[in-house]
Amino acid sequence: MDILIIQLFNSLLYASILFLIAGGLSLIYGVMRIVNLAHGSLYAVGAYVAAWLVGKVAGGMPAVLLLVLLPVGALVVGVVGAVIEPTLLRPLYRRPEEYQLLVTFGLLLILEDVMRFIWGGMPLSAGVLMESLGSIRLFGSLYPTYNLIIIAVGGMAALLLWAFIYRTKFGVLLRATSQDMRMASALGVNVRRMYVQAFALGCTMAGLGGAIVVPGQTAVLGMGQDVLILAFVVVVIGGLGSLQGALIGALIVGCVRTVGIMLFPEIELALLYLIAAVVLLVRPTGLFGTQ
Amino acid sequence: MTPLVTASRTLKPLRLLLYVAPLVLLLLLVPYLMAPYQAYLLSYGLIMAIAALGFNLLMGYTGLLSFGHSAYFGVGAYTAALMVKYLHVTSMELFLVGGLLATLVVTALFGFICVRHTRIFFSILTLALSQVLWSLAYKFFWVTGGTDGLRVPTPSLLAGLVRATSLSYSGKIISYYYYVLACFLLSVALMWVIVHSPFGKALQAIRDNETRASFIGIRVQRYRWYAFMVSGLFTGLAGILWVPLNGLTTPDILWWPFSGKIVFFSILGGFRSFVGPLLGAVAFNYLETYAISATVYWQLVLGGVLVLLVLLMPTGLVGLLSRLAFVWKRAT
Repeated sequence: MDILIIQLFNSLLYASILFLIAGGLSLIYGVMRIVNLAHGSLYAVGAYVAAWLVGKVAGGMPAVLLLVLLPVGALVVGVVGAVIEPTLLRPLYRRPEEYQLLVTFGLLLILEDVMRFIWGGMPLSAGVLMESLGSIRLFGSLYPTYNLIIIAVGGMAALLLWAFIYRTKFGVLLRATSQDMRMASALGVNVRRMYVQAFALGCTMAGLGGAIVVPGQTAVLGMGQDVLILAFVVVVIGGLGSLQGALIGALIVGCVRTVGIMLFPEIELALLYLIAAVVLLVRPTGLFGTQ
Repeated sequence: MTPLVTASRTLKPLRLLLYVAPLVLLLLLVPYLMAPYQAYLLSYGLIMAIAALGFNLLMGYTGLLSFGHSAYFGVGAYTAALMVKYLHVTSMELFLVGGLLATLVVTALFGFICVRHTRIFFSILTLALSQVLWSLAYKFFWVTGGTDGLRVPTPSLLAGLVRATSLSYSGKIISYYYYVLACFLLSVALMWVIVHSPFGKALQAIRDNETRASFIGIRVQRYRWYAFMVSGLFTGLAGILWVPLNGLTTPDILWWPFSGKIVFFSILGGFRSFVGPLLGAVAFNYLETYAISATVYWQLVLGGVLVLLVLLMPTGLVGLLSRLAFVWKRAT
């Protein structure tokens, strides 16, 4: 029983992180129709910035202050996104989507080496934060406190994003742009600015995912390429461009992964990709996608 | 916009021979003109060119961007490696037979699934399926060696006529270079015939207008499936040829960034032409080798080149060359 509850929390933990990454990926696709292959690398940038701040710059500070530092990683990635969109992506909207895939693949290669250049090849750790928070007793077993914070952040991000998109004026404009860019533009929406904001928002989410994940593991080169494919699986299951889809997809992938690691560790990853393939085959737009 | 170089421009056979013969002669003379290392490097380039040749049947001629061609390259390579491990096969020809059969089975299955979709969904589906294979190679380490990979010693060529043990180091390299070159020339000739056959024309019709193609009686999905299989087989052949040259196969060649590289070849050369991907693959191989030896930040160089290509030179090297030729012709 205890083990089951702990595993449930683990699934939620995993789903929270995946939702942040896949949600950003899906948001960007939904608004701009771009599949961003560099999204995982942006997540890695968030992780590196957070690990650098927490582990190197502010090593001895109290845990609460360190927690406040984490979102800085997300903000940095948001700024990077706001620079990338107008310079690299804007010239390509009129071209076939293959080129957009390729430019983001080039960006992935570039970001990977920029990280190597800034932070070197050694893994960067922010484990201080995880240790200083300790663990708490949960239904009779010990569980790291920090993991509960991640789950809370994931849940809050989902809630805030929903409120943002369905309850604010910006959200209305965003959805309008996503549904019909030309019409929105004709009605006076500044589509260019919308695209920059949407892309930056998606990147911020990826960065936040990286920033909150890093106290639990280390920031290493290549972490973005691993996670990107999982984010794809989430997005494909949930439906490209749908945020509810990303949430449900993240929960499904989180659960399958946790169960998979417990019961059949060898084919756990293969199973996820197969699920994605089957969903694409039966419902190409995913469980929640519309097209 | 400059006009894209179209693949359907046909040359007269004699003119064609005039262009091709000096190139073939040059390729044949490489081991005599240059150090063995250059032949070794060019072997890699030619193998990648075969992979790109296969890829471009889908991308350039059928209009489907596969982001999972690492799968077929990897199936070819791993089949050869597993044949060494379990069956103790040391003949290149048996590698070819076994590897191509395995690739055919995998492409037939994956293709059957993937051709149900086009555009971005096709790309993601091919990517997801290729990663199934990657995770299997990665996790079943007692079969595939995991991240350590599998070793493949130099096999005997031409049914035992050329034995690896009886050759010097440079002799090994040069004999293998000629083997790769022969496979390369055969593949190019075969692909040339395929894209100029009625089948190839049908694929181009599908690429240009799917609805019209189906109205004139082309079975669109069926043809896409065939194209997928042929494309995968060429890439699988490249994988089989690659593995004894490299001496080792690791899950890296099944991982999705390797598929990205294959796409890169075609863009670098220009996927709208027949020779573009071939040129792109060889050029990429040199670029990568020299970038790696020049700097630790070689990915930055490659990524920068790719971004600039997409932004400024979407027709690739072939597009650039033909534009230069056009300017030169007008000037004289």
